[in-house]
Amino acid sequence: MTVASPNAARGVAVELIGLRRTYGTVNALDSFDLHLAPGEFVALLGPSGCGKTTALRCLAGLEDPDAGRITIGGRDVTALPTNKRDLGMVFQAYSLFPHMTARQNVEFGLEMRRQDKATRAKRAGDMLDLVGLSTQADRYAHQMSGGQQQRVALARALAISPQVLLLDEPLSALDAKVRTQLRDEIRRIQLEVGTTTLFVTHDQEEALAVADRVGVMRAGKLEQLAAPLELYARPASAFVADFIGLTNRLRGRATGDRAEILGGSVPLLPGSGSGDVEVLIRPEHIDVTPDADGNASVLSASFLGAHGRVTATTDAGEQVLVQVPSASLPDFSPGQRVRLTPRGDAALAVAL
Amino acid sequence: MSQRAAFRRKQTLFRWVTVTAVLAFFVLPLLGMLDFTTKVRRGGRTLATWRTLSHVSEISTRYPALKEGFLASLGLCVITVVLMLALLVPTMTWVRLRLPGLSRTVEFICLLPLTVPAIVLVVGLVPVYAWVFYLFNESTLWLALAYVVLVLPYAYRALDAGLRAIDVKTLSEAARSLGASWFTVMWRIVLPNLRTAVLSASFLSVALVLGEFTIANLFSRRNLQVAMYQLGKSDAKISVAVGLVSLVFAFVVLFAMSFVGSGRGGRRARRAAAPAIPAASPAAAAAKES
Ligand SMILES: Nc1ncnc2c1ncn2[C@@H]1O[C@H](COP(=O)(O)OP(=O)(O)OP(=O)(O)O)[C@@H](O)[C@H]1O
Ligand SMILES: [Mg+2]
Repeated sequence: MTVASPNAARGVAVELIGLRRTYGTVNALDSFDLHLAPGEFVALLGPSGCGKTTALRCLAGLEDPDAGRITIGGRDVTALPTNKRDLGMVFQAYSLFPHMTARQNVEFGLEMRRQDKATRAKRAGDMLDLVGLSTQADRYAHQMSGGQQQRVALARALAISPQVLLLDEPLSALDAKVRTQLRDEIRRIQLEVGTTTLFVTHDQEEALAVADRVGVMRAGKLEQLAAPLELYARPASAFVADFIGLTNRLRGRATGDRAEILGGSVPLLPGSGSGDVEVLIRPEHIDVTPDADGNASVLSASFLGAHGRVTATTDAGEQVLVQVPSASLPDFSPGQRVRLTPRGDAALAVAL
Repeated sequence: MSQRAAFRRKQTLFRWVTVTAVLAFFVLPLLGMLDFTTKVRRGGRTLATWRTLSHVSEISTRYPALKEGFLASLGLCVITVVLMLALLVPTMTWVRLRLPGLSRTVEFICLLPLTVPAIVLVVGLVPVYAWVFYLFNESTLWLALAYVVLVLPYAYRALDAGLRAIDVKTLSEAARSLGASWFTVMWRIVLPNLRTAVLSASFLSVALVLGEFTIANLFSRRNLQVAMYQLGKSDAKISVAVGLVSLVFAFVVLFAMSFVGSGRGGRRARRAAAPAIPAASPAAAAAKES
C-alpha cells in the first residue's frame, strides 16, 4: 500500500488480531482484524453501533477485549494498561482538564514523562504553534470555542510524541465549516509528524477526504479496508457499495464477467454473483439523454450545486438516480422520456 | 406585560416573606440565648459571661472539661473529614468510572444513615466500641468512626453534585492516555475539579460533628456538646454562651460554603452546596429549660 507521509518512517505498525468484545448478547467486535502500516492514517467508518468506538477503545486499553491480540510496533500490548501504551487520544467529548490552561493541558503528558520544566514549556509552545493556538496558551477550556478546544486536545495528544494517535469522532461536535477546516489540519499535522493514526468517524466524506485507507465496519467486523478511491470504485460487498456514496440497485442478468442492465452491458467487479443479479451502479456511471423512444421517464430533476441529479423510473418500474452536469439540467423535466445507458465502468453485482 | 410584572412582584414578595420567616426561625432561639447570657437576676444586663469567654486562658483553667471537649471535637472534625474524603472520593469516582451499575446501591448505602436514629446507631455500635476501647485505648477520637457514618449522607450528596458537574470518565481517560497512574488521575485531575464539592462536604461534616451530642453522650465520651451539657448543670450561663458561639460558628461555616470558589467554579459551587441544618445544640435546649 502507499503511505503518503514522508515522515512515515517515524511511525510504528499497529495490529489488531481477532479481537472479540461482547456486551451481554451484543457482539461489539467479532473476530475483528485491522493492520495499520507505520505512519498510516486509517479511518474507521460504519453505521452507528457497528463497533468503531469499541475497536479504538480496545486499542487504547480503555476496554478489555474478550479475545484477540493487539500489537504496537511489534510489541504485544494486550495486557498493558492505557497509561503504559504510549498513545495520544482525542475524544468526541471535550476533554481538556478544566482547571488547567491550554498550556498546562499540553504539558500534562510531558509532566507524566518526568520532563523538566524548560523542555516542557518549549514543547508545549511548539505544539500550540502547530495547531495555530500559540496566542491562546493561557486560556482555560471554558474560554475557548469547541474547535479551539479540540485543537488543544490534539496538541496535548501529540505533545508526548505518541506511537499511535487515536481520534474518536473528534470533529462531530463542531459545525460543518470548522469541521472541514480542522480535518484538513489534522491530516496536515499527521503528515508532518508521521504518527500512525486511527480515526473513527461516521462521516464518510471526512474519512474519504483525509485517510490513506478507510476501513468499513459492519456489526463488529471489518468489511473492507482499502484506499478511498478503491473503496468507492471497487467495493468488496453490497454493504460497502451501499454505504459509501450513492448507489442504484438495478436488476439484470450476469454472464461471465459482464452483466446486462438498462439495455447495455457493464463489466463486473471480482466477487460479483452470476445469473439473476442486482447490479450496484453509481449515479455518475449512467448516461441520460432525452429520447422519445427511451427506456425511462423523468421523475424529478434537482440542482445540487456543481452537478445536478435526475431521478427517473425505468419501464421495468425501477427508480434510478443519475448524475448530470448542472448545465444540462434544463434539458430534463418531470414526465419526459429519456434513455438511460450504463457508461461501462465496472460495477458490483449481487446474486438475487 | 403588566400581568407578568404583577406576577413578578408577587413572587418577590413571597420570596421575602419566606426568607424572613426562615431567618426568624433560626435567629429567635439565638436571641433567646443571648438574652439569657446577659440577664441579671434582678433586672439589668451584664457582659460578665462574655468577658470570661473572651479570655481563653481563663476558660481553660476554670473549665478544663470544656477545653477537653472542645479539643476532642476539633480532633473529631479533622479525623472525620479526612476519613470521609478518603472513603468517599475514590469510591464514588471508581463507581462512576467502572461500576456504574453499582451507583444506586452505593447511593442507597450512603443515604441509609439518614433513616437510622442516632440512638439505634449507638445500640448497634456498642459491641464494636466495646472491643475498640478494650483493644486500643479509650480515646474520644474513636467516635470519628461513628461520625463518618453519620456524615455520609450529606457528604455523599455534596460530592455527587460535584462529580455530576464534570465528565469524570472522559477526563480520566484523557489523563490515563497521557500516561497518568490512577493515583495521579485522582490527585491531579479529579480532586482539583471537585474542589468546591470537597469543601462543601467537609464543611457539612464539620458542622455536624461540632453539633453532635447523642452518640458521644451515650458512649460517655466528652466532646464539645457533652462538655457544654455537663457545664450547663453547674454554670448555665457560660454553657449557653459557648453554645451560642458554636451555633453562630456553624451558621457562618454553612453560609460561607455557598460562596466558596464563587470565582471560576461559582456555578458549580452553588450547585454542589447541599442545604443542611446542623444538629440542634443541647445547650439551646438547656437555655429554654432554665
Ligand atoms: N458499555 C457498553 N455496555 C453495553 N453495550 C455497549 C457498551 N459500549 C458499546 N456497547 C454496544 O456495542 C456496540 C458497539 O458500540 P460502539 O460504541 O463501538 O459503536 P460505534 O460504532 O462507535 O457507534 P457510533 O457511531 O454510534 O459511535 C453497540 O451495539 C453498543 O450498543
Ligand atoms: Mg462511537
